[in-house]
Parts: sequence; structure tokens; C-alpha cells
Amino acid sequence: MSISGNRLNTEQYLANFDDIHPGFETKEGAVIEANRCLFCYDAPCTKLCPTSINIPGFIKQIASQNLKGSAQTIFSSNIFGGGCSKVCPVEKLCEGACVYNLMEEKPISIARLQRYATEPAIEHKWHLFERKTSVNKKVAVVGAGPAGLACAHALSLEGVDVTVFEKESKGGGLMTYGIAAYKVTPEFCENEVSFITSVGGIDIRYNQALGKDISLTELRSAFDAVFIGIGVGVARQLDIEGEDLVGVVDAISFIYNLRTKDYAEVAVGDKVAVIGLGMTAIDAATQAKRLGAKEVTIVYRRTENEKPCTQEELNIAKLDGCKFEYLASPKQVVGQNGKVSGLICDKMTLGEPDESGRRSPVSLGETFELEVDMVIKAAGQTPFESLIKSSNILHKNGKILTDDSLATNLSTVFAGGDCINGGKEVVNAVQDGKDAATAILRYLGVNA
Amino acid sequence: MADISSDFLGIKSPNPYWLASAPPTDKKINVIRALEAGWGGVVWKTLGSQVKNVSSRYSAVGYNGQRVMGFNNIELISDRPLDINLREIKEVLKEFPDRAMVVSLMADNSREKWHEMVKQVQDTGAHGIELNFGCPHGMTERGMGAAVGQDPEIARMIVEWVMEVAEIPVITKLTPNVHSVVPSGKAAVEGGTNALSLINTIQSVTGIDLDTLIPNPNVGGQSVFGGYCGPAVKPIALKMLTTISQDNITNKVPVSGIGGVSTWQDAVEFMLLGATNVQVCTAVMKYGFRIIEDLCSGLNNWMDEKGFARTTDFIGKSVPKMTDWEQLDLNFHIVANINPDKCVHCGLCYIACEDTSHQSINLSKGFPYNNYSIIEEECVGCNLCKLVCPVEDCITMVEKRHAEEKINWKEFVNKGLPLNSH
Ligand SMILES: Cc1cc2nc3c(=O)[nH]c(=O)nc-3n(C[C@H](O)[C@H](O)[C@H](O)COP(=O)(O)OP(=O)(O)OC[C@H]3O[C@@H](n4cnc5c(N)ncnc54)[C@H](O)[C@@H]3O)c2cc1C
Ligand SMILES: Cc1cc2nc3c(=O)[nH]c(=O)nc-3n(C[C@H](O)[C@H](O)[C@H](O)COP(=O)(O)O)c2cc1C
Repeated sequence: MSISGNRLNTEQYLANFDDIHPGFETKEGAVIEANRCLFCYDAPCTKLCPTSINIPGFIKQIASQNLKGSAQTIFSSNIFGGGCSKVCPVEKLCEGACVYNLMEEKPISIARLQRYATEPAIEHKWHLFERKTSVNKKVAVVGAGPAGLACAHALSLEGVDVTVFEKESKGGGLMTYGIAAYKVTPEFCENEVSFITSVGGIDIRYNQALGKDISLTELRSAFDAVFIGIGVGVARQLDIEGEDLVGVVDAISFIYNLRTKDYAEVAVGDKVAVIGLGMTAIDAATQAKRLGAKEVTIVYRRTENEKPCTQEELNIAKLDGCKFEYLASPKQVVGQNGKVSGLICDKMTLGEPDESGRRSPVSLGETFELEVDMVIKAAGQTPFESLIKSSNILHKNGKILTDDSLATNLSTVFAGGDCINGGKEVVNAVQDGKDAATAILRYLGVNA
Repeated sequence: MADISSDFLGIKSPNPYWLASAPPTDKKINVIRALEAGWGGVVWKTLGSQVKNVSSRYSAVGYNGQRVMGFNNIELISDRPLDINLREIKEVLKEFPDRAMVVSLMADNSREKWHEMVKQVQDTGAHGIELNFGCPHGMTERGMGAAVGQDPEIARMIVEWVMEVAEIPVITKLTPNVHSVVPSGKAAVEGGTNALSLINTIQSVTGIDLDTLIPNPNVGGQSVFGGYCGPAVKPIALKMLTTISQDNITNKVPVSGIGGVSTWQDAVEFMLLGATNVQVCTAVMKYGFRIIEDLCSGLNNWMDEKGFARTTDFIGKSVPKMTDWEQLDLNFHIVANINPDKCVHCGLCYIACEDTSHQSINLSKGFPYNNYSIIEEECVGCNLCKLVCPVEDCITMVEKRHAEEKINWKEFVNKGLPLNSH
């Protein structure tokens, strides 16, 4: 048993990480689907979109072959409309609300249509927005993820000069470094970021980390306002024995590797245990499998019924051949020669509902051991607690606290995205970025 | 099993579906294939003096992603030599003696020419003649086609010439490019025609290429008005047919219904409004002859369900239901009802009524689904909500008469009843 890369040949890697939700190949396909849309009034799909994209509107524009208008409709509500069309869990958002579901019919393929309209816009950098002349206000945005860039774009449109400070060498945040490789490619993310910044007035400074290269105090004195959109950090510690053995990795770092290196360079075990059943766990499990791991087992404290991921995501893992150990809670990682050789789990049962309304797992006092050589931790992410704590921002366990307008307790400082909600979806982060921009413009006295 | 065979002026066919005079019937190859597929008969593509066609010839209008809702052409009558057509007609008649063979004609504007052509057709053994008074393009410039159909006097004269030598039934095909088909229909009947058929194509411009700004169909950068047909024209054809069925002179002769027939339901509607049989062109030009199978089986099943043994049991049955507006019962009143169990909350009924009708639907906001209900006092029973609702039978119209007795406009006014109900 060993942890190694180079398990597959190039074609296998490419096939395994190929686009999981391919778009429409032809205009006809898109137009036929667009024409199926009923054009609902006060449409349920739009209501379930956190960014309130006028979905029937953009779909009718595809039907009338006004593709530019369609892209404009999408981007004016969600500047990450391209990326969202590939990564949004639409089955629980827009598509889940489509009235066709109530007719027991297949919902409109909203994501695919959205992709159809946004892809050419990003690829050819359609000039869809006109930036207003500068209003001589400067705002600093920390973090070039969906929250930060959505905020930057909305501010720049109104003539605010925005400087973005990003600790990595590329923009896009988890879109670029976290989301499964079979959903978005690094090239797409790069194009999306340059499409967003092509409106002008947004200066991104890469390799600039808050708390290291720059301080909040400096930013507050140099800029009229600051938006913090730094997301959340690594996966939560398991706090169990053996966690420091070679072969125990954090899902976020594992995926970060996968998103920044050649697939062949990313090491994976023969037998892998993934702990957790959220989106991150699914992504780690499926991608470990796609990198060539022989056996991947998802270990979850509760049952499939309580899963935090969507059914759609779970199906991907099942189709990829992942195994599941439900009602199992990691107790100890065991090793040989400093390397992982197994995972001992407590057998659980479901007890009383907890505050999330789901029945909470209770130990039965029995254990079993899984023979594995790699353990990927994906049981929730932890906020950048030390960074936040050192900056006098009010927070709860590292989650920044804001009021409804996304203002923090520090004057001129606003925050949004994963760093305030603890980790939701791209589309929520985008809406936070928009909302914060609105609040900042109001604070700056800029008439939007 | 109902009997769907048809008898049109003694011209028998196993079903009431003929192919209209057009490209599907312009040569033996097509016609044989059509008859093999099961078509009841054909009206051979119009014969006349030698013409020459252009390229391109057709254009179409789509609707919501569906192709060819309406179809348009700038073709002329048959561009094949007359002798070849006549020979092939004879050959087909020999192979398929049980099918209707009607030949469409459009002679040059002289008595002799018409006589000569009628005789030539009769010599083939064809069962009937259809006079093309309706081809709306190209031929009109030469004093033929629509020009003939548009002037009742010329139409009467030509029909009279034809009847002087005709020994087989003569059908006169009317053009719709007039404000009413009744005057020309009457003239043809008075001139002695044995039957009428309608409609031919409607003058149209189907659209423009928004890149080149050239209207369709494009003939080397130019275009002309073309004849419109296909599903889009059916409601117009049905209206024209009804006026022929209502007139006391034109309703003395049988009518062959044409214009947008694509399904058995369409055919039944033409027949209910007085057509003895129907003719089809665009539907086969889109799908081929194979559609005859469902045209027949659908008709058969419907007749069985309704208890009609033969087509004559229902031909014309809906004509008496068409009346003048003044005769309508003003006390008849219906109001919409939305079945909440069937509603999918699309809001289409609401926005249609709110923006364009009588503001009689109540919206109660929900997340993500709103609920909609009818405000009965406001509802005028217009049907709009029911028409736009995507769910069959979700919205029904419930009868709520204003009063027991019937009252039409004249009676209403005579009684001095209040007109303004607002
Ligand atoms: C494995 C995984 C899979 C996911 N899959 C999906 C999915 O399929 N669909 C979906 O909608 N969502 C998914 N998400 C969630 C989604 O990626 C996030 O909700 C979203 O990216 C949050 O945006 P953000 O801008 O708030 O934070 P981030 O995307 O995390 O962006 C924060 C940015 O700030 C930068 N930053 C951090 N600290 C500093 C600092 N100190 N100084 C300067 N810059 C800093 C980071 O480098 C990053 O660029 C997934 C998340 C994970 C972890
Ligand atoms: C391409 C084309 C050519 C036609 N040529 C003739 C013709 O030569 N003579 C004629 O009487 N009608 C002609 N018609 C009209 C059809 O016979 C028919 O009246 C009309 O198309 C309406 O029927 P539809 O809606 O089923 O197509 C032609 C129609 C088309 C589409």
C-alpha cells in the first residue's frame, strides 16, 4: 500500500476530469430548451436564486436569439453567472423550483442555458457594462474570490476605484482552488476573472496577504472603505489520535494541489477514507477516485437521510464507485512506521434531533477498523480564526459578525461571503459582494 | 370500425384525404408513392401553358422553436411539359383505379384554350377537374389565377366555358385573396361548377433576413409576395369555408376543404364546417406521405367514439352553431375557476388577466410559489386565463348565467335594459 501519483495515463486523467455538465453543443438544442420555458410570472426559479437572476427573462432572450441581451440579464444580477452555471447546486435552487417539477416533468435546464449565454460572453469578452466616470473614492477589497470580485465589480461600475488584495497568485478564490476540477477548469476561472475585471477600475494585487503583507489598519487609513471576503480556511481538525501520521490530509489542501498541479503529480492512496458528507467530502472522494485510488470510502457519522450534500452530488460519488460507511465516527488513525494503515471508527446510532433538526449521532460503544493508507478530512472548514481575532473585528468562532448591511463593528469595514457564513455556495458569496457594494456606496455617498 | 370512405360528386376514395394540387402531386413518382402510402386521391399539380420557375421558391415561419408553422411559395403551375403530365396521369389511373384522380387546370384566357385543355384531361380518364382560380403569384400578371378568382364576372365566364365541354365533375378552387370568397363562389356556382374547393394560398411576406435585409424567399437578392399556407392559415380557411357553407347559393354544391390541414382533428373541423373531404399540401411537404396513417386512424377512432358510422353523419354539423353576433345570448355567463391541486403556480393566468384583461385574479405571495384564485365578481368569462394556462383542465369555466331566459342583443336593446355593466 502506498500513496503515489502517476496512477493513470494522460487520456485517463483527461477523461476522468472532463466537464461533468457539458453545455449545449448547438444553437438548436439551446433554443428548443429555451422555448420549453413557460416564462412564469414572479418566477419561482428567480425567487430561489440568491442573486435573483431574471431567469425567464434570460431564457426568452436565448429563444429570441438575443444572446448578448441574455448574457447582460444574467451578469447584471450575478457577475459570476458563468461560473455559477457550472457550479451551482441548481437542483436545490432554481431548477428545483421550476414549475415543471410540479407537473412531474423535467425542469428547464436553467444552468445549461445560463452557460450557453455566458460562455461566449466570457470567451469573447463581450463589452456588456459601461463603467461610470471615477467618483474619486477608493475601496480596498481583501480576497479575490466570488464575494470580493462581485463587490469590486459592483463598486467599479459606479466609478469607485477598487484595489483587490489577494494572497494567492490567481483570482477566483475557491472557484479556482477549491471546486471540483470536473466542474470548472483553471482556464475558465482565469477567463472569468479577466472578464470581470475587463470593466476597468479594478486593480488586483496578487500575493498580498492580509495579516502578513498588509494590515487592516493600513488599509483603513489608505482607503475610504474596506471589504473583507477572505473565505474560510482549512478543514476542521478531527482532534483524534494519529491525526499527525503521514497520509492524513486536509481536503482543502488536497483539492488545492489537484487544482494547481498536473493530475499525475497529485498523490493519492490505494485505499482512501474521506471523513464527512458535505460538498467538500464528496469532491475529495470523487476526485481521489478519479485520480486512480482503488477504493474510496466515505465515512459519515449519520445516515444518508441527514446528508448535508445534495442528492445530485451524492449520486456522482455513487456513480464513481465510492463506498459509504454510515453511522461511523472516526476515533483513531492507526499507523505503521509513521504512515497511516487504518482508521478506527465508533459505531453510531441516531438519537434525539439537534439544533439543526437532524437526529444526532450517539456512540454505541463498539468500534471497527477500516484498512486504509490515506485519510482525507472534510468535516467542515475552520475560519481564519487567528487572523480575524488579531484585528478587533467582532466574530463568533472566527466567523465575522456583520449587521444586515454587511457592515462590521469597525467603521468603514464590511465583510461577506464564506468568511461570514462559515461556508455556503459561490452564489451566496456573490450576493454578499453585491449587497456589501450597495452598503459601501451608500456609506460613501455615491448615488448608484 | 367506422367507414371513412368518401364520395365527392361520385368520385370515390377510400378516405377523405386528397393531396392538394402542388409539388407532392406534380409527377408520377410522387403520386404513386402517395397512393401506395394510402392517400385517398390526388389533385394533380395545375396544368397550363409552359412556365419557368425561379430558385429559391419557398420560405417559412416558425413559432417558439417549431419549424414551418406557416409556409410560403413563389412557384408557378406545373413547369413540366403538358404531354408528359397527361401520359403520367393515365398511367397512375391504370395502377390505382380506386383512388380519386382530379386534375387542376389553368388555361390561357380564351374559350378555345379552356375547351382544349378540358378535353385533353378528359381523354386521360381522370375523374374530375379542378379549376385553379387561386394561384396568387406569377400567374396573375398574365391574367390568370387569382386575377380570375378575384373578379366574379371573369370567374363565371370561365366556368361557363368549361361547363360547355365538361363531361366529368368540375371543382372550382377559390382564392382567399379577396375580402370575401362568397361573390366569386356564387359566380362559379351560377356559372355551373359542380363543386368548390378552398382555400388556395394567401399573399404574404414571411420575413426578412436581418443580416442581409432581403425578404424571404431570396431570389438573387430580391423577393416577391408568396402564397402562404400551412397550419397558420387554418383558422382563416375555416372562416372562409363557413361563409361558403352559410350562403344559400354556394352551399348547394359540395366543398373540398383546404388550408393547413395537418392532423385528423383539422380534417374533422373542416368537415364539421361543411367540407365533404379535405386536401393537404404543407403537412406532407414537411413530413412526407406517411402522415396519412394517423390521419385515417385518428379519424376512425374519433368517429367510433362519437358513434358516427360514415363521414356524411357529421359533415356540416357545426355550421348551424355559427351565427351572427346579434344572436348570441347575453345572459350566458361563465366565470373561471382555478383548481389549486392542479395549479403549478406559473402565474401566467394572473399576469395575463392583470395586465390585459379584467384584474380578476387574486395573487397571494408565497415562497417560492404564489397562489392564485379567481375574483368571481370581476371575472367576465373571457377565457384568457384558461387559454394561457399550461395545465390541461386546471382552469375551467363554470356556467353562472345572469338569468334563466335567453336574451340576444336586439331583445336586450328593445327592452331598454342597461348596457353599461361597469
Ligand atoms: C471543496 C469545495 C467544493 C465546493 N464546491 C462548490 C460548488 O460546487 N458549488 C458552489 O457553489 N460552491 C462550492 N463551494 C463553496 C464555494 O467555493 C464558496 O462558497 C465560495 O467560493 C465563497 O466565496 P468567497 O469569496 O466568500 O470565498 P473564497 O472563494 O474562499 O475566496 C476568498 C479569497 O480570499 C483569499 N484570501 C484568504 N485569506 C486572505 C488573506 N489573508 N489575504 C488576502 N486574501 C486572502 C483567498 O485566497 C481567496 O482567493 C465549494 C467549496 C469547497 C471548499
Ligand atoms: C409549393 C406549392 C405549390 C402550389 N401549387 C399550386 C398549384 O399549382 N395549384 C393550386 O391550385 N394550388 C397550389 N398550391 C396551393 C395548395 O394546393 C393548397 O391550396 C395550399 O397550399 C393550402 O393547403 P395547405 O395549407 O395544406 O398547404 C401550392 C402550394 C404550395 C405550397
